[in-house]
Amino acid sequence: MARQLHETRFAGLTGVGWRRSALILGLLIAVALPFLSSDYRTYQFTNVLLWAIAVLGLNMLTGYCGQISLGHGAFYAIGAYATAVMIDKGEVPYYLAIPMGGVVAMFVGFLFGYPAGRLRGHYLALATFGLAIAVPQILKYDLFEPWTGGVQGIFIFKPDPPAWLPLELSKDQWLYFFSLGILLVLFFAAWNILRSRSGRAMIAIRTQHIAAEAMGVNTALYKSLTFGLSAFYTGIAGALSAIIVEFVSPDSFTFFISIWILIGMVVGGLGSIWGAVFGGLVIVYLPNVAEDVFKVAPAVVYGLILIVVMYFMPMGAAGFVRLMGARIMRKWGTTDGEPDQTSDAGQTPSASR
Amino acid sequence: MDLFIQLVVAGLAAGGIYASLALALVMIHEATELINFAQGEMAMFSTYLAWTMINAGFPYWAAFFLTVGISFVGGVVIERVIIRPFERAAIFTLIVVFIALLLIFNGLAGWIWTYTIKSFDSPFPEAPLVLMEGVSVRMHDVGAIGVTLVVLLLLYLFFRFTPIGLAMRAAAQDPTSSKLVGIRVGWMLALGWGLAAAIGAVAGMMVAPIVFLDPSMMAGILLYGFASALLGGINNPGGAVAGGFIVGVFENLIGAYMPFIGNELKLTVALAIIIVVVIFRPGGLFGKVAVSRV
Repeated sequence: MARQLHETRFAGLTGVGWRRSALILGLLIAVALPFLSSDYRTYQFTNVLLWAIAVLGLNMLTGYCGQISLGHGAFYAIGAYATAVMIDKGEVPYYLAIPMGGVVAMFVGFLFGYPAGRLRGHYLALATFGLAIAVPQILKYDLFEPWTGGVQGIFIFKPDPPAWLPLELSKDQWLYFFSLGILLVLFFAAWNILRSRSGRAMIAIRTQHIAAEAMGVNTALYKSLTFGLSAFYTGIAGALSAIIVEFVSPDSFTFFISIWILIGMVVGGLGSIWGAVFGGLVIVYLPNVAEDVFKVAPAVVYGLILIVVMYFMPMGAAGFVRLMGARIMRKWGTTDGEPDQTSDAGQTPSASR
Repeated sequence: MDLFIQLVVAGLAAGGIYASLALALVMIHEATELINFAQGEMAMFSTYLAWTMINAGFPYWAAFFLTVGISFVGGVVIERVIIRPFERAAIFTLIVVFIALLLIFNGLAGWIWTYTIKSFDSPFPEAPLVLMEGVSVRMHDVGAIGVTLVVLLLLYLFFRFTPIGLAMRAAAQDPTSSKLVGIRVGWMLALGWGLAAAIGAVAGMMVAPIVFLDPSMMAGILLYGFASALLGGINNPGGAVAGGFIVGVFENLIGAYMPFIGNELKLTVALAIIIVVVIFRPGGLFGKVAVSRV
């Protein structure tokens, strides 16, 4: 136990130091990328960002609060549609329409989460599964056609970069930085929320539902609040997608959107904020890889990947990195004030486990 | 009045299909306490197998029973190979694995048989059966209801009167004690999967003549199957069948008398049934609410 009191360093940096440097490096790369690549690539990177936001939304609900949703595509669709309708019919500027789209999704998520909060495990999965399957039909519904445009969908246009910018950006570059800004704000907010009193309550609901209740956590309320928050994130992602794709239609929001968000979360890492970015990368680039591997039936590849990940690294990429980091620290790390500890730890790795 | 009777009869026919899928879901739930999200895709895959055999010149009923047999073995193999390593995993892990199975079967079917819609023949005569003036029913629907009821009867006999059926019930109710008296609990789970896959195959072959055959034909029907199973009680096979018929009739009546909801929001109706049932009567109409010990 004494070793825990001293900070373990590897190559002169502590664990926190490594994490901070990785974060700074990641940010630098994120800022440099659009200047080094074509507009199409930049568009893809924007996609990565918005999927990362959607994955984080689901992750807060599933990874932290333990509520399973197979229907987050529904909130993605609601965010996208709400934003598109506001821009198309209400002429709301996009930078207001996006958060408002998120709020609409949050409202629906909260309402859905209130009854759904009583459900446990697979029943919740079932209700959300139903939601995801029913959504395209609701979007096509006659009565809503004046707003939603029925089967035709809605066309909107990419906004121009604002005039006050000091340097000239293309539309795609501007949307990339706009999305990056939203992502950073949302990730920072999530990081804070999850470490707050409410965040601890959410985690307590997952790990010890009954104990949390006994400790005075209003589980029904927290579950629906988490549902709403999670839907807000995913709705924002949908809203951004409507803007960068410049089009929404009922058939772009099939059940597969929900599956993609699920795949992103599982592969990126359950209960990890930064794993969501990896999840976004997976969602955007996996289809290319899968088509190289098994062109005729990429869905089979996705299925196999899910099973393999669940089997070998159930905490996803983030969990894998965390595990490797801890292992490297233990094996090769040096501890302040106890220089001999290094060789000790190196010789008896099993003792420290 | 004639219209009403006609609607009820047609609803019962659709309900027969939902009932058989609900029965498959109940089977897996009975054996493992889980809901299999890949059930619909597994049934779809089995139906394609039957289609291939019929096209290769097999007589219908030979293809039917062969498909049921292959599906049974397939279900057992899936449990042993894919589900077993996750036996002690969290519910979330298993749900992800089910979704993975759904993707795999969907992709495989699209690859082998392409995504073009195929017609699937009914084994029953084409001429409709006239029940009374103005009320007639397709022979296929009568046949499908009959097949569902036969399957239900066989299941009842199996679980009530055979030693294996008894062992399966015991393994589901109390795995630890069952192990102590020498029941091979793992294999009982595999048998449950096999039975569910076989029943799903029957459901698929009964529904295919109505909705045609394509890799995503089961998504909507699975949702109705879920609604039926929950309405009737997820732990009561007879209840699930009754739930199927109720849902079928309800769907048809709402479609005719409230067309602004019934036709275009069919799936939403199923979703609403699911939500109402799980909130107000989580045990379903004929089931028991599961109580867990803390």
